[in-house]
Amino acid sequence: MLRIVDLTIHYADEVILDAVSLEVGTGEVVSLVGPSGEGKTTLLRVIAGIERAESGSVFVDGRDVTAVPTFKRGIGLVFQDNQLFPHLNVAENVAYGLRGLSKNQKSQRVSELLQLVGLADLATRDVAVLSGGEAKRVAVARSLATNPKVLLLDEPLSGLDTQLHDRLLSDLAQLLAQRNTTVVHVTHDRQEAESFADRIVDIRSLHRTPTVVQLPTEAILPLRMAVLRDGTPSQDPTYTQDNAPGCVHLGIFDSDTLVACSSWIPQEWPLDGSKPAIQLKGMAVAKHKQSHGLGAHLLEAGIKHAVAHNTHFVWARARDSALNFYTRNGFHVYGEQFVDEATGMAHHLVMKTITP
Amino acid sequence: MLVSPYPKTSHWLLVVPALFLAVFLALPFGVIVYRGASIDAFVDSITNSNLQRVAWFTFWQTVISTVLTVVFALPVTYIVSRFRFRGRNALLALITAPFLLPTVVVGTSLLALLPQQLHYTAISIIAAHVLFNVAVVVRVVMPSWAHISPELAYAAHTLGASTFRTFRTITFPLIRPALGFATTAVALFCFTSFGAVRILGGPAFSTLETEIYFRAVQLGDLDGAVAISLIQTLFLAIVLYAWMRWTRTSSTLAVVHSHAASPSRTSHWVAIIIVGFASATAVIAPLIAVAYRSATGWSQVWSRSTASSLFVSVRYAIISAIIATLIGTCIALAVAYSTTSTRVIELITSLPLMISAVTIGLGVLITFDTSPYAFRSAWWITPIAHSLIAIPLVVRIVLPLVQTIPQSLRDAAATLGSRPRVQWLTVDLPLMRRGIATALALSAAVSIGEFGATSFLTRQSNETLPVTIARLLSRPGESQHAQAYALATLFFVFSIGAVFIAEVTRNKRNITS
Amino acid sequence: MKRFTALALAAILLAACSGSSSETEQSTAGPVTLKLLAHDSFTPTEGIFDAFTEATGVMVEIVRGGDAGELLTKAALTAGTPEGDVLWGVDNTLLSRAFDADMFDSYQSVNLSTMDPSLMRNIPGHEVTPVDFGDVCINYDIAWFTDNDISPPMTLDALINKTYANLLVVPSPISSSPGLAFFLATVAEFGEDGWQDYWTQLRANGVLVVDGWTQAYSTEFSGSSGKGDRPIVVSYSSSPAAEVLFADPPTEVAPTGVAPFTCFAQIEYAGILRGTKHKAEAQLLIDYLTDVAFQSDLPLTQFVFPVNSNAVIPESFSRYISRPENPLSIEHNVIAENRVAWLDEWSSIVFK
Repeated sequence: MLRIVDLTIHYADEVILDAVSLEVGTGEVVSLVGPSGEGKTTLLRVIAGIERAESGSVFVDGRDVTAVPTFKRGIGLVFQDNQLFPHLNVAENVAYGLRGLSKNQKSQRVSELLQLVGLADLATRDVAVLSGGEAKRVAVARSLATNPKVLLLDEPLSGLDTQLHDRLLSDLAQLLAQRNTTVVHVTHDRQEAESFADRIVDIRSLHRTPTVVQLPTEAILPLRMAVLRDGTPSQDPTYTQDNAPGCVHLGIFDSDTLVACSSWIPQEWPLDGSKPAIQLKGMAVAKHKQSHGLGAHLLEAGIKHAVAHNTHFVWARARDSALNFYTRNGFHVYGEQFVDEATGMAHHLVMKTITP
Repeated sequence: MLVSPYPKTSHWLLVVPALFLAVFLALPFGVIVYRGASIDAFVDSITNSNLQRVAWFTFWQTVISTVLTVVFALPVTYIVSRFRFRGRNALLALITAPFLLPTVVVGTSLLALLPQQLHYTAISIIAAHVLFNVAVVVRVVMPSWAHISPELAYAAHTLGASTFRTFRTITFPLIRPALGFATTAVALFCFTSFGAVRILGGPAFSTLETEIYFRAVQLGDLDGAVAISLIQTLFLAIVLYAWMRWTRTSSTLAVVHSHAASPSRTSHWVAIIIVGFASATAVIAPLIAVAYRSATGWSQVWSRSTASSLFVSVRYAIISAIIATLIGTCIALAVAYSTTSTRVIELITSLPLMISAVTIGLGVLITFDTSPYAFRSAWWITPIAHSLIAIPLVVRIVLPLVQTIPQSLRDAAATLGSRPRVQWLTVDLPLMRRGIATALALSAAVSIGEFGATSFLTRQSNETLPVTIARLLSRPGESQHAQAYALATLFFVFSIGAVFIAEVTRNKRNITS
Repeated sequence: MKRFTALALAAILLAACSGSSSETEQSTAGPVTLKLLAHDSFTPTEGIFDAFTEATGVMVEIVRGGDAGELLTKAALTAGTPEGDVLWGVDNTLLSRAFDADMFDSYQSVNLSTMDPSLMRNIPGHEVTPVDFGDVCINYDIAWFTDNDISPPMTLDALINKTYANLLVVPSPISSSPGLAFFLATVAEFGEDGWQDYWTQLRANGVLVVDGWTQAYSTEFSGSSGKGDRPIVVSYSSSPAAEVLFADPPTEVAPTGVAPFTCFAQIEYAGILRGTKHKAEAQLLIDYLTDVAFQSDLPLTQFVFPVNSNAVIPESFSRYISRPENPLSIEHNVIAENRVAWLDEWSSIVFK
């Protein structure tokens, strides 16, 4: 029902979303998760047509709506701050999108919707005096009134106190389950996502999968230097095993610039030399590309390579500042903290067992 | 305001204003009523076909001027409310400048600009009114429009509303109160317009206001003048009353959060460029015309007589600004600190608005003419007349400011040991400062440009600048006209400069709007 | 805040002080200066009052206040507390207004004996003193009519003829005294019930009404300095003489002519303003204004006839003037009674 293809969105010379693609089936509820600032709200707004993308397309029900203005797209959006019309009361707000209906039909529909969101008695209430939860329900009812093909929910439960939060959560979940609307729901709260999504998608994973290539040593030295040696006493980016047989350097390019690299060297796991192991060294991601998930891609590629070479362990001497990254990706921490002589920074051993 | 912060002050604050208004406003108006309120005179006036013609013209020119003003003002208001762009301050200053100019100057500059065929026509009068009053609509509606979050429009879009429908159902209702207020103000200004009609109307076009003047001063028919004056006041009273009943008296937003943003679409830029350019041209063209025609007048401008009227104008402006601000502030404070219904007092303070400037001048003229109260020839009667006109404006500026002073601040001062008097000095007064400064400036501007009342009270020895300009224009001869144009140019440039500076310093001190 | 208060106080003091000073210009000590209020057409020879100052020690300051009508109304409104001491320029059409306002102090000048008694008929009480007389008549541009091969209008009746459509410019009788004189001429000619029709037809014939005489004559009239569009205008019987005298290049032939049957007799007066602080000196000035020296200056500077029969009328003046034999006139009390109503009605006819 909703398909976005290679959507790239800029904001003041910065790329927020880079060639993002997503497909949502009819009646499916997809939750878009990820940390704040990753462009989730922006993506919703682009889908709705409020903001424009640099490139890419949006398809609704098979129809290309990229060039179609918002009011013709048939896409509903529940704003994070509701944006209820202050000069209209609750019923009038809900009825706003209803066109071509007689007065009776309108009021009937409005009461249906208010009933649905549990606000049957508040039809004539002034929107300025609504509580947070009530306002959100009105916003939802208002957007549902037009029977949109796609409904977008922008952080619907943010800012509500716990009691309200939980109640609204279950109500919304029930509501969405009843109807067959295609929904894209944005939140930073994973639990919320798990409550009513059919499918959870991390926004970072939507980006075009970057290609990992194998590179000679010289190609990756500059990036290593810039990222790993920066601010440290050592000025030598090379490793002794760089040109040893079996050593593989993997990197990711952004146009012509190398933005991530890692080196995979066959090396015994210090705590268990019996099985073949590969050590990951020199994982570096360019500053402006960090948190884009490139590290994870490199890991994935490197592990694939390790699997192909019948390796049992993949391990690394990880800086303490990167421990989270490793543990997130299935590595475990071993042993005590030690200080690396070259850089003077604190490290731990990390290792992941891979079973071919 | 159910609880007054300074409960005992409200009454004695009104003493001086009441006295002042009683002597200089109520008394002259009473004399007018007494003199003119004979049924015969009334009936005579109403059946007078001449007067009917004048009344009709006054009415239809008001309607057309107001409509055109709003039509031209809305696009301008749109671009200055919704967008931030380079040159916005300059544009705002340009649009506002004509409002601060004396109507005589606006009329003069249009005379310089328009071709001969359009002189002394209704079109020129209407054009002057539009030029003059666009600023009112723009400045009154701008805060409301800027306050509207663009997200609301987006929400409407997601509900299927086209751009036009969004404007009609969302934007317009939200700016309607401010727009209604502005429209009524503009209509009032056009209805009681004097300077523009005097300069551009010639013998054929007359409004009720100029008719009062003609009858009193040229025809020598004081009774007729009084009768018209009463009719006009009655009409204005009815309109003002109706308007007050229809609208909720809301004090204007003292602090407004502006959602103006840099334009993001080409269509926005196109709108900004077209509207900005057109409106800037509309204001600059008369300025250039008047400057061009003034070429030969500059040497004469610094002659003794012209220089003395400049001096007179400035002197009167200072005095009347001080009087108006003092009295107006007392009234504003009395209203703010009182526990009785504020609507009554607000109605009373709108009285001077109902009584036109010319009526005030006429009233003063016929009241203070016998000794020992022969004030009408005294030099200070003119600034007093000016201050009468400015007082309602002062009240409208200062009152909202005082009303929005948070009681919590005074309470805080109280808990720190301050007596009410000290609370007022340390909390209220500083917060009113900006409003008082604005009131002073506005009253001075009103005084410098005042023409209606001044025409009655002026004497050879103490002509104000607008009177001088009108006099120079009424004598044919290139040199006289050139001098008038030179003075008009000075006014124009000065006015634009003053507004620009005010605009820039205001933005520097505020983060919002 | 303190700086602001200080500044404000300074401004107030400055304003207050200078306010009073300009009003006490004429203090009691020092030589007396009489303020002579006059209309814009009062243009005697420079230095004409030197002889007066020498003889009496009194200085004369001329203050011009616009058209005669405007001048008079202002003076009427300030009757009792006048802006000047002597007023020059109230004429017989405006006399009623002056009397209504009681703005003059009576005085019988020593020179009354030199005047034709008919000049005194309106003023038995000697509130004002006659100073000159003339006629307000239709003037026309000779060259224009020759070029267009039409004979110029001679009578009031002629003006409503289609031949003269859109050629006439008149000053408004409400704001201009010659305008008023012309209007009164039409009332005299066509009667109190007939003038309305006449003006309706004048309007249909495209008459242009402007505010003042100066605008009509010096801007709109084709035969004078303004080189306007209209070759027929309301002016004075002496205007052709003025055109000759001011002609550049000089000429012997008058470029404009007067329609003899359209004239309204006009007498101008001067008077002492009631409430003046210098009554004695004002009386001396009135005597001087009606004396031979000043009166002889009148013809060539203001193009009017002197009232003093001993005054010298230069030949260059009388050559170009043909005084109408029977100028129209209306009794000033009749004017007084009806002026406002007539002008009201006139307005509604002309400005419908």
